[in-house]
Amino acid sequence: MLELRFHGRGGQGGVTSAELLALAAIADGKFAQAFPSFGPERRGAPVKAFARISEAQIRNRTAVTTPNIAIVLDPSLLTIVNTSEGLVEGGIQVVNSTHSAKALREEIGLKGKLVVVDANKIAAEEIGRVITNTTMLGALIKATGIVSTDLLIEQLKKRFGRIAEGNIKAFNRAYEEAVVAE
Amino acid sequence: MAVRKGIESSLAIAEAAAACNVDCIAAYPITPQTHIVEHLSELVNDGVLDAEFIPVESEHSAMSCCCGTAAAGARTFTATSSQGLALMHEIMFIAANLRLPIVMTVANRALSAPINIWNDHSDVMTERDCGWLQIFGENGQESTDLVPICHKIAEDKRVLLPIMLNFDGFIVSHVVEPIEMLTREEIATFLPDYEPQQRLDVDNPITMGPVGMPEVYTEAKMAHEAAVRNAYGPICEILEEFGQKFGRTYKPVETYKTEDADIVFVMMGAASETCMSWVDKVREQGKKVGIVRFRLWRPLPVEAFKEAVQGKKVLGIIDRHFSPGGAGGPVAQEVKYTLYGEKDAPKAVEVVAGLGGRDIDFDTFDKIFDRCQKVLDGGEVPPFELIQARGGHYGKI
Repeated sequence: MLELRFHGRGGQGGVTSAELLALAAIADGKFAQAFPSFGPERRGAPVKAFARISEAQIRNRTAVTTPNIAIVLDPSLLTIVNTSEGLVEGGIQVVNSTHSAKALREEIGLKGKLVVVDANKIAAEEIGRVITNTTMLGALIKATGIVSTDLLIEQLKKRFGRIAEGNIKAFNRAYEEAVVAE
Repeated sequence: MAVRKGIESSLAIAEAAAACNVDCIAAYPITPQTHIVEHLSELVNDGVLDAEFIPVESEHSAMSCCCGTAAAGARTFTATSSQGLALMHEIMFIAANLRLPIVMTVANRALSAPINIWNDHSDVMTERDCGWLQIFGENGQESTDLVPICHKIAEDKRVLLPIMLNFDGFIVSHVVEPIEMLTREEIATFLPDYEPQQRLDVDNPITMGPVGMPEVYTEAKMAHEAAVRNAYGPICEILEEFGQKFGRTYKPVETYKTEDADIVFVMMGAASETCMSWVDKVREQGKKVGIVRFRLWRPLPVEAFKEAVQGKKVLGIIDRHFSPGGAGGPVAQEVKYTLYGEKDAPKAVEVVAGLGGRDIDFDTFDKIFDRCQKVLDGGEVPPFELIQARGGHYGKI
């Protein structure tokens, strides 16, 4: 079973990221769940969302505390939230940042295999707003191949309808531009 | 077999209510139930569901409205949580004693104060004695399936009682998960149109809810007690029929790996799902432990429960609510009621956990198991305990 933790800020769509991923996995015939870490949902406050994906039925309804993959939607969270917390041995962090993996590792102490993409820039250019949830999914899929890009794009179309195009472009660009470092 | 669809449990539950072709929904939004009534209002607005959606100004009005529509013969659905359920309190008793077959889903959430939107069972347990039937779903699939089951139970001529369908707020209500959805056509083969036995009708007037003088009040209560208790048979039949038709069989009491277990955990709601994974893990370490879960809470399935724990040595009973200064948690109280005076009754280790959204995780189950193991090894039964409280519990009740 794969366990994922999404770090974002209220209003950035971290919950939607987790949901789209789970929906794509379920459409692929797998078992999956996605849920937010609920709180007073203040716009801008650090929030978490969780997802689990498995070949078998998932029987666990607790928060993800030992993720295989952590996804950081907002660069400003890196210095105020310990996104590496509980990351399993050999875990992956998919990070929205303008810095290199080396710098993130040395200066902030990020652990695990790092996948870095400047999602703010991509989202601003393709969607017109710095909402990075769909962009970050591109980097996540590139790094992990959890589900196929086609299945995920299918979910983007379903969720966003008329405004799906920008999100799909941002997703595809992040898939291309994300740098996977060991 | 239907295809598993990825959907948020709340939306699946709303879709199930719509597929039951409900006539009337009166509701007021409250977290974490909101998505259910929001989605139903969309379905009504979009013409997908031909029903009256009555947006009321409070939950007190919501339940009052439900009483009115059910009394008029409409298939009636509502949903609430926490403070909303508490605000319905006085009307809850009226709905029950007027024998109105309302179905209400409750996304269980803690009561204030301190203000807390997360899940525990303090809302439902405060309504324990209101005379409704009460049932608990464990996950999205079960909670969704229980919607048509609840309508059928409530409207059964041998039952005619309101029923509360509980599932944990957020950890069930807000989880996107794979659910096999039944279509309106499939549900129609299971749930016939509602035919009220009596209804408010201006052309054939009757009185519902008159004064009950001391001369009749006790008899009215006795009749209600009999109605709730006697609902057990029809409930079992209906659960069985659903299983036969759709392949998912639900029992009033569920067991998991109890056959060879000396220690059995007893609980309700979604915690049992996580507990199953924990049981699988510790069984690999040779720990013989199982789970008994109450799905049905009212009427209390006394005999089925006794059978489920027959021959067990120690019960670890987990409550998500308790009575301060009283006899601990409600599940523990009622479990002890069923076993009092029984020969070789298992010992009871009582814990309260999962209050106000605290996860009941593997560590919690480990702690409970340790206490049970000590008792199994001949140790004294520890006092009722808020097992997750930092700094420890102050001691005996």
